[in-house]
Amino acid sequence: MTGPGEARQPLLAVEHLTMRFGGLLAVHDLSFAAYPREVTAIIGPNGAGKTTVFNCLTGFYRPTTGRLAMHINGEILLLERIDGFKIARQAGVARTFQNIRLFAGMTVIENLIVAQHNMLMAASVFSIAGLLGLPRFRAAERAAVELARHWLDKVGLTECADWPAGALPYGAQRRLEIARALCTGPALLCLDEPAAGLNPRESAELSELLLAVRAERGIAILLIEHDMSVVMGISDHVIVLDYGRRIADGTPAEIRADPNVVRAYLGEDEHQALPEATAARCGIGPTRC
Amino acid sequence: MTAASGVAVDKAAHTPVDWTAIFKDAVLAALVATLLALPLIGLQTYDIGGGALGIRTHFDWVVMTAAAVFAGRLAWQLRPRPARRRQSGNGSLFARLTAWTSRQTLAIALAAIAFAVALPFLPFSSRYLIDLGTTVLIYVMLGWGLNVVVGLAGLLDLGYVAFYAVGAYTFALLARDLGFSFWEGLPFSGLVAAGFGVVLGFPVLRLRGDYLAIVTLGFGEIIRIILLNWSPVTGGPNGISDIPRPSFFGLPFARSAPDGMTTFAQFFGLEFSPDQRVVFIYFVILALALVTNLFTLRLRKLPIGRAWEALREDEVACRALGINPTNVKLSAFGIGAMLGGFAGCFFATRQGFISPESFTFIESATILAIVVLGGMGSQLGVVLAALLLVTLPEFGRAFAEFRMLLFGAAMVAIMVWRPRGLLAQRAPSLRLAPLPRPDAPR
Repeated sequence: MTGPGEARQPLLAVEHLTMRFGGLLAVHDLSFAAYPREVTAIIGPNGAGKTTVFNCLTGFYRPTTGRLAMHINGEILLLERIDGFKIARQAGVARTFQNIRLFAGMTVIENLIVAQHNMLMAASVFSIAGLLGLPRFRAAERAAVELARHWLDKVGLTECADWPAGALPYGAQRRLEIARALCTGPALLCLDEPAAGLNPRESAELSELLLAVRAERGIAILLIEHDMSVVMGISDHVIVLDYGRRIADGTPAEIRADPNVVRAYLGEDEHQALPEATAARCGIGPTRC
Repeated sequence: MTAASGVAVDKAAHTPVDWTAIFKDAVLAALVATLLALPLIGLQTYDIGGGALGIRTHFDWVVMTAAAVFAGRLAWQLRPRPARRRQSGNGSLFARLTAWTSRQTLAIALAAIAFAVALPFLPFSSRYLIDLGTTVLIYVMLGWGLNVVVGLAGLLDLGYVAFYAVGAYTFALLARDLGFSFWEGLPFSGLVAAGFGVVLGFPVLRLRGDYLAIVTLGFGEIIRIILLNWSPVTGGPNGISDIPRPSFFGLPFARSAPDGMTTFAQFFGLEFSPDQRVVFIYFVILALALVTNLFTLRLRKLPIGRAWEALREDEVACRALGINPTNVKLSAFGIGAMLGGFAGCFFATRQGFISPESFTFIESATILAIVVLGGMGSQLGVVLAALLLVTLPEFGRAFAEFRMLLFGAAMVAIMVWRPRGLLAQRAPSLRLAPLPRPDAPR
């Protein structure tokens, strides 16, 4: 879908992103783009710098150098210059976390209402309209509940809307976190290993959910994932990182065939592509046979 | 012993008795008792004249103690046990009470309010009882105020008494220097305290948990020490006296009114009695506490209240959802402090005299204990805990110097028994209406 020569307006353009922690170069001169209505996957071995890229995009880290441009309504917003908490509101970037970060003590529906805080806070006019229960605030609250119910239906959690979020099974918590991110009304949804810990059936459901979200709202998805069935199944475009560098960029089919990727990441399946010494060390070379 | 273990194996399904383990346990207990008893019981000092001390030994007592502990431990291990151990989770009294209160919250609250309103007119009522009720209500109000900061926003505040003090001194100074009455001073007390709350909030924005507790503790002490040392303004350790009493819509509670004014008793054609003022003060704090309660309950259902709770649960997630943690924290500190300031203003007018002695760390600790014992975030729990914490020491007066020991033991017992507080049950701020409550979750 993304021919390299094609000149299209990206939604997110990451240019020369470098993130250094003291002596550790977590991300090195990384450039890539995510296009509207597309699923872009970032893959790579553990420690390749994938989550660091997310943390830079969502304002948890300030990049050492580089430019992170979101193209929203013809405007360009530079994420590295926006305060972390404003990124969700102004640039429309929402995210989930590798280790689920729900408001565990609050109910499922409350989690989704909190995600609409800024809209509701504006409607409550410094809480005064809210305290008085003015119609304007009540209407905003109803709209928030409707949006929450919409996404609950989509992720199949309507039945458990009034349960404490922490009491949900693991897979449901992952889906709830996605629903919560969607309730902020994002243009770009960043998912950090959404299929981690899911069984194959749940992974397949997750893929369907993500495709449905994209189809319905035209939300672009940026995905970090280790589950190749999910990545290869739904991505339009895959970027491979290793030691903070981009080693490949292309469609799932291209990535699958890329010898660099195979060496760095999928090496186990293609042991003949590995140098003999490495293969021997990993115990998959001829020495074992 | 081998025979006994054989029997135990045969009847494994029945309660097996492991004699070796029980014997070992009892010997160990006796050993510990001996070690403790040697210096505590075995050695006794006495006066041998001329101010010198001699030592008497009582090793027979030590042996007796060890034997008693051995026998007692053995008996404890062999006590008849019910077939199935009771689960502390579902069956316990307080768990059932918690479940019941969460279903009947409104009814219980209305009954409690009705009782509180009727209290001064009940036959067994006395001035002492109403005074005690006023004190309980002050702590209830402070507990509800601190609940915003600790229970909802999850910011551990050990210096809450500072805002109470700021409220009290604001009113006392306004009354002394500018002639403000209680009702005129009340809003200013709240505003100034809220200002201090925000001022405290700024430097501690990045802190959480223990670190935040230490800074707030320091802040509470700073305020107290300023009050103690800024003598020209605050009167130092002498405090401020002659703080005006609240009036009933301009009618003072006094034996005789100053020039041209009517007293409360004259206006209503009543016989003057000093009890009228006591009862009135009681109703003032009842009203203030109820307004505080309604205010915080309402806030909890607003976006700001949910943001407080979300911040308590996970600050990182809040940032990712576009919530400004600075605003959320400052609003929690500010509103909590404002409520403390109102309570302080009331305290000043009730006592008629304030000094830094009333605002020591022990007050902060008591208010925090009320919130924690009551169950974080539970409004009814705060009332219950305030009742316990204020009245327990009163009941304990008969035990003289053991009073605080009993008080401490009671608190430890509560925390062992109900580690999450007396009534720890969080009511959701919002329900997806048409769905019935799932009665069998999971």
